[in-house]
Amino acid sequence: MEEFDGEPAVTVIPGVNSKKNQMCFDWGPGEMLVCETSFSKKEKSEMVPSCPFIYIIRKDVDVYSQILRKLFNESHGIFLGLQRIDEELTGKSRKSQLVRVSKNYRSVIRACMEEMHQVAIAAKDPASGRQFSSQVSILSAMELIWNLCEILFIEVAPAGHLLLHLLDWVRLHVCEVDSLSADVLGSENPSNHDSFWNLVTILVLQGRLDEARQMLSKEANASPASAGICRIMGDLMRTMPILSPGNTQTLTELELKWQHWHEECEQYLQDSTFATNPHLESLLKIMLGDEAALLEQKELLSNWYHFLVTRLLYSNPTVKPIDLHYYAQSSLDLFLGGESSPEPLDNILLAAFEFDIHQVIKECSIALSNWWFVAHLTDLLDHCKLLQSHNLYFGSNMREFLLLEYASGLFAHPSLWQLGVDYFDYCPKLGRVSLELHIERIPLNTEQKALKVLRICEQRQMTEQVRSICKILAMKAVRNNRLGSALSWSIRAKDAAFATLVSDRFLRDYCERGCFSDLDLIDNLGPAMMLSDRLTFLGKYREFHRMYGEKRFADAASLLLSLMTSRIAPRSFWMTLLTDALPLLEQKQVIFSAEQTYELMQCLEDLMSRRPVRGESDIQQLQDEDIETTKVEMLRLALARNLARAIIREGSLEGS
Amino acid sequence: MEEIYAKFVSQKISKTRWRPLPPGSLQTAETFATGSWDNEENYVSLWSIGDFGNLDSDGGFEGDHQLLCDIRHHGDVMDLQFFDQERIVTASSTGCVTVFLHHPNNQTLSVNQQWTTAHYHAGPGSPSYSSAPCTGVVCNNPEIVTVGEDGRINLFRADHKEAVRTIVWEVHFHPSNPDHLFTCSEDGSLWHWDASTDVPEKSSLFHQGGRSSTFLSHSISNQANIHQAVISSWLSTDPAKDRIEITSLLPSRSLSVNSLDVLGPCLVCGTDAEAIYVTRHLFS
Repeated sequence: MEEFDGEPAVTVIPGVNSKKNQMCFDWGPGEMLVCETSFSKKEKSEMVPSCPFIYIIRKDVDVYSQILRKLFNESHGIFLGLQRIDEELTGKSRKSQLVRVSKNYRSVIRACMEEMHQVAIAAKDPASGRQFSSQVSILSAMELIWNLCEILFIEVAPAGHLLLHLLDWVRLHVCEVDSLSADVLGSENPSNHDSFWNLVTILVLQGRLDEARQMLSKEANASPASAGICRIMGDLMRTMPILSPGNTQTLTELELKWQHWHEECEQYLQDSTFATNPHLESLLKIMLGDEAALLEQKELLSNWYHFLVTRLLYSNPTVKPIDLHYYAQSSLDLFLGGESSPEPLDNILLAAFEFDIHQVIKECSIALSNWWFVAHLTDLLDHCKLLQSHNLYFGSNMREFLLLEYASGLFAHPSLWQLGVDYFDYCPKLGRVSLELHIERIPLNTEQKALKVLRICEQRQMTEQVRSICKILAMKAVRNNRLGSALSWSIRAKDAAFATLVSDRFLRDYCERGCFSDLDLIDNLGPAMMLSDRLTFLGKYREFHRMYGEKRFADAASLLLSLMTSRIAPRSFWMTLLTDALPLLEQKQVIFSAEQTYELMQCLEDLMSRRPVRGESDIQQLQDEDIETTKVEMLRLALARNLARAIIREGSLEGS
Repeated sequence: MEEIYAKFVSQKISKTRWRPLPPGSLQTAETFATGSWDNEENYVSLWSIGDFGNLDSDGGFEGDHQLLCDIRHHGDVMDLQFFDQERIVTASSTGCVTVFLHHPNNQTLSVNQQWTTAHYHAGPGSPSYSSAPCTGVVCNNPEIVTVGEDGRINLFRADHKEAVRTIVWEVHFHPSNPDHLFTCSEDGSLWHWDASTDVPEKSSLFHQGGRSSTFLSHSISNQANIHQAVISSWLSTDPAKDRIEITSLLPSRSLSVNSLDVLGPCLVCGTDAEAIYVTRHLFS
């Protein structure tokens, strides 16, 4: 992480003349904003930037690939399954589960590769076809590395089995054999085919001796002259001792048998049994593990790790894992022969053979363009308890660092952020904090999306974020004049201040229009009413109207009075409340008792006394004042009349 | 519950709907439509589980669902319904209602009709025009009813250019609470509630609602009787006493299952993990 790994690539921004003007930039979560400034490089030219655009530069284009998206989604499911594996499991059952997870990951990579390959073939223009093909080879390399890591680190194959796994590994990845085989076998006279001996050789190189024998028998049939030596070779192939999965041999037994067989081959070589047929002779040398003979077949081997595995197969089949790296290094050197230098992939594989996991991860991080591969592989290896926790600069370990980087990259995508949430969940140190920061910044353009985000926050008890998101939505609703919506959101946010604001708007609307909107919401507030005083007032006031509508005048009256005396009603609204009391006062029967009437009168006087003295005022204000005065006079009259009737009634009726 | 096929489709699926079968048809469901959301470019797609020449040993169709055609859709697909055999109506987060027409001869979709300002907060005439997401659509040939976050209910006729009627309504936030047989929900589970006791057909009312979108399959035979039988069966069922078999239909839980549709023995659902699941043998 400290050293430079080469010159950074230069990206040209279209339309920006970086020679003339300076550019400025700012980092975002996964992107960079770039624009031209007015500062020119030379002295005192125009102060106007010539390019009026702001550019968003994204580095990680992989996130936007349609096919790779499937990789991200499927692997997300596998990742979750892995985290949920019972920690209690130990030993063999745990290992087999981890191996299964690893194979799942690999099959997802292969599926992706297949699909991209199809698209590459079907591509209409050669440029995109090339791009897809290069993606295919990257995926192929990823699967190659992962497979090797599975064999060495997860499967932890012991000597003997190790070679079998490595053989499988090579056979899976050097697959020209199949097409060659189809070619040759499909022809009329297989043994006369040009590539016949190539096929036999590569079958031997890959340790597929049964198939090689079948080929030889065809040759024996075709040319009786060489039938004898073909048979001998076939016998040699048949009798090569190899560890089979169900075999109960011990390793030493196998070694002994193999040694014996090896000597037998040596004998044939010294006797020049196969001297008449140079092909068979070179096959014999290969089977003796002769390096020179193997190197002659460089083209068929096609890469150094194939060379390595073949070499091991025919010179040291019971190789121990710790001895691998000697062979690996020397194989690489021999194969390259000083003509070319190792590529990044070669270094990664070499690091794997040396069991240097950290080096593997580091090299992969540098070589690959996004964090998917290293994040998932490291997480899996961590579950195998293979990574020592050495802290990085920011207090988290390597697994967590990689997962955080990967998840942050997902959040930069408009759609894949949902996957990122789960990854943050499984980062114990910094995951929660990162999630809190990221989730607030997801753009919410529909309520459906907002509800999903809220659910995520509520599940994780992120109350701050819930509140903040609800506030944003409430504000949007207020701006769009959706007061019911706004109220609902502020209740959900438990935001008393905003609830007060919205309730005020409701009340203002009522004053202007004479009726309420969103009645069903206000009617069914329930305990949410207690959130703010103003909201309680709104709810109760609406209740008053309902009671009045249902002709429950006595209840309505006492409610109205309590709204004023309990000081829940804002003073600005008292006039309206008193005006609402008017019809109750004017009813035929006496509704307000004397006591209540006194209280009403007190409220009215209270209200009047606090009124500021009007000074200079224009015509409109004078008119308003006139209306005010009339209202007050009517109220006073109604109150007085009610008082009179109430006193009489209470005085005359006994105990009612 | 037999095999369920999964396919990852690189888009989060907000709605899936089976294409309705012609009345009196003996076929099983073959085609379904999906709508995506939360992408920079969203799509309405048609998929087929029909015959591609590979029949398995029972003569049933094998293999997973294949894409027939798709078309770009502006904004998230908030709701999607089949208007008739060839036309699909979608509700968009941009407040637009679109009718797509499927051309079976060359397997393409095209825009048949569109009402771009069906839902808005501040109207097209005002300087601060802002659109509102259209959240639901229901159709009954030839009428289409849409609702949106602006609190409007619009009634469109398929051949008219303007809304026939607009009702401004208050917006509720109460999730509805219906009876359900198949449920898919935000936590990524898909449940089959089977309260059938003596009724051999597991069928019930068609009902839809709420955020935990619940769904019931059409009854094939006598609608009226089954209606009554089921109402009483669900109301009188005591979960502790009577057997309600509740089976989970998805192999593993991941992200939210946004939508499901059932037609006969076929079920399709779409998830936020960008996968579509189809099964053709619900009741075997």
